[in-house]
Amino acid sequence: MKMRVLVLAAVIAGVGVTAVTAAGEPQAVRQQLMKKVGEAAGALNGIAKGQKPYDAEIVKASLSTISETVKIFPNHFPPGSETGMETEASPKIWQNMEDFKAKAAKLGGDAEKILAELPADQAGVGAALGILGKDCASCHESYRLKND
Amino acid sequence: MGRHTRKLISGVILMALAGAGAAWWLTKPRAWDAAHWEGLGEPDLANGEQVFWAGGCASCHAAPGAPDDQRLVLAGGRALKSPFGTFHAPNISPDETAGIGDWTLAEFGNAITRGVGKDGEHLYPSFPYGSYARLTAKDVNDLWGYLQTLPKSANVAPPHDLSFPYNIRLALGGWKLLFLTDEPRVAVNNADAKLARGQYLVEGLGHCGECHTPRNTLGGFEPGMWLAGAPNPEGQGRIPDITPASKSIGSWSASDIASYLETGFTPDFDTVGGLMVEVQKNMARLPPSDREAIAAYLKALPAR
Ligand code: HEC
Ligand code: HEC
Ligand code: HEC
Repeated sequence: MKMRVLVLAAVIAGVGVTAVTAAGEPQAVRQQLMKKVGEAAGALNGIAKGQKPYDAEIVKASLSTISETVKIFPNHFPPGSETGMETEASPKIWQNMEDFKAKAAKLGGDAEKILAELPADQAGVGAALGILGKDCASCHESYRLKND
Repeated sequence: MGRHTRKLISGVILMALAGAGAAWWLTKPRAWDAAHWEGLGEPDLANGEQVFWAGGCASCHAAPGAPDDQRLVLAGGRALKSPFGTFHAPNISPDETAGIGDWTLAEFGNAITRGVGKDGEHLYPSFPYGSYARLTAKDVNDLWGYLQTLPKSANVAPPHDLSFPYNIRLALGGWKLLFLTDEPRVAVNNADAKLARGQYLVEGLGHCGECHTPRNTLGGFEPGMWLAGAPNPEGQGRIPDITPASKSIGSWSASDIASYLETGFTPDFDTVGGLMVEVQKNMARLPPSDREAIAAYLKALPAR
């Protein structure tokens, strides 16, 4: 019985937290940043798959978005933002903040390197995406937990 | 004592009774008849390698954190957390003493499809033989041939760290009696070769259900919940529903699923994470037709 009261309390508390979703909260900000990274990766993927024509400007813009966004991404994990707002951030981030930052830096560094060489055609974009995709997965493997 | 613990203990006592009573023979380890493993001929090593990746053996049996070029050294040691305690995957390299180099094809085949160890003991289902039970003798023979071409390792993995009564292998006879089956998990149109291949890969070799299907307190799959999503055995988070009813992948096309298994990208440009990363890397090594077959099977599942 006590257990059930506790669970109920937790559920109510949970509802309370999600109800006050404010755009400025770190959980919301970092999710927005990741969405931007995802959209940029999506634009590259469209070209790699031949669904969109190769366009150097879009490739440049997407790579810059990725590198700039992951630079600031790790700044949005202050203590106290471990839970709430349907965050999918793993508690391991706060235990291994240095490694988490290093994984963000790896993606940023790779995106910059690719930007400097600028893939010249569809196949080049595909190869670049292969490298970046591994960086995304390597961080999501350790530090991101799906909720549903 | 929690409700779950109590249910669990009474279940275990029931199992113990079933095992100890007149029905002892019901729960004794059951190997295949010797003939099952005879006359299979020279293994096809290329197919053996495909079976190896589809089966994900390296995900558990390579040393924890092994870099990509060490993934074929099956030294063991990886810790697998479960509600029953922590298992450590053993060394299955071809080393004669530390590994399984001195095993026969039949011993190997009975371990992987029936959960029977070299000395006739029950193996724990954390080794997903409950799925591998569906493997053809040919695939087992090819896999066995391939494993023998891999490097040896002298590593001895730590023993399992399990609480009573789970540390008693005998009790596993009860688990097998209740849950070990090589029957199909769901009915799909088997006349369709692609769906049949997908079923073999998902229900058997790829052991997708071991993570994606919820379990009851005795560690068996919840009936009617095949691939419908489950708590993450490592703690927080959930392993997603991958049936057509899924909130996330329900809207994916078959080619979206195949492409996710190949590249790790979802159609909305999220990327694969958690325990699925290893699985996706393995799936990326299969021929495109296999990934398409998996996707077709997932799309053909009954929605829950
Ligand atoms: C999910 C993790 C996991 C995967 C995947 C897995 N195993 Fe295992 N395996 C284990 C564990 C844990 C044990 C120990 C079981 C026990 O002690 O009863 C084991 C035991 C074994 C054994 C018995 C070894 C012995 O010394 O008794 C063999 C053989 C084996 N695995 C082969 C394989 C092969 C081949 C594959 C791929 C087709 C594979 N395993 C995939 C976890 C795994
Ligand atoms: C070791 C556990 C494990 C096994 C085995 C496994 N999965 Fe997964 N799977 C996961 C986890 C965890 C996720 C969530 C991934 C994430 O966090 O991005 C997932 C995600 C997925 C997704 C994407 C779902 C979504 O909502 O994003 C698909 C599709 C999928 N798995 C298919 C499969 C197939 C097919 C197999 C068998 C070949 C399989 N899985 C085997 C753990 C597993
Ligand atoms: C340094 C670690 C890290 C890297 C690198 C990374 N991610 Fe993420 N990603 C996360 C974390 C943590 C979350 C969960 C954030 C939350 O919910 O608070 C996430 C969430 C996401 C989401 C879901 C956003 C939402 O809430 O809707 C998408 C999409 C995504 N990532 C795409 C990508 C892509 C694509 C890449 C590579 C180009 C990438 N990520 C690289 C850590 C990372």
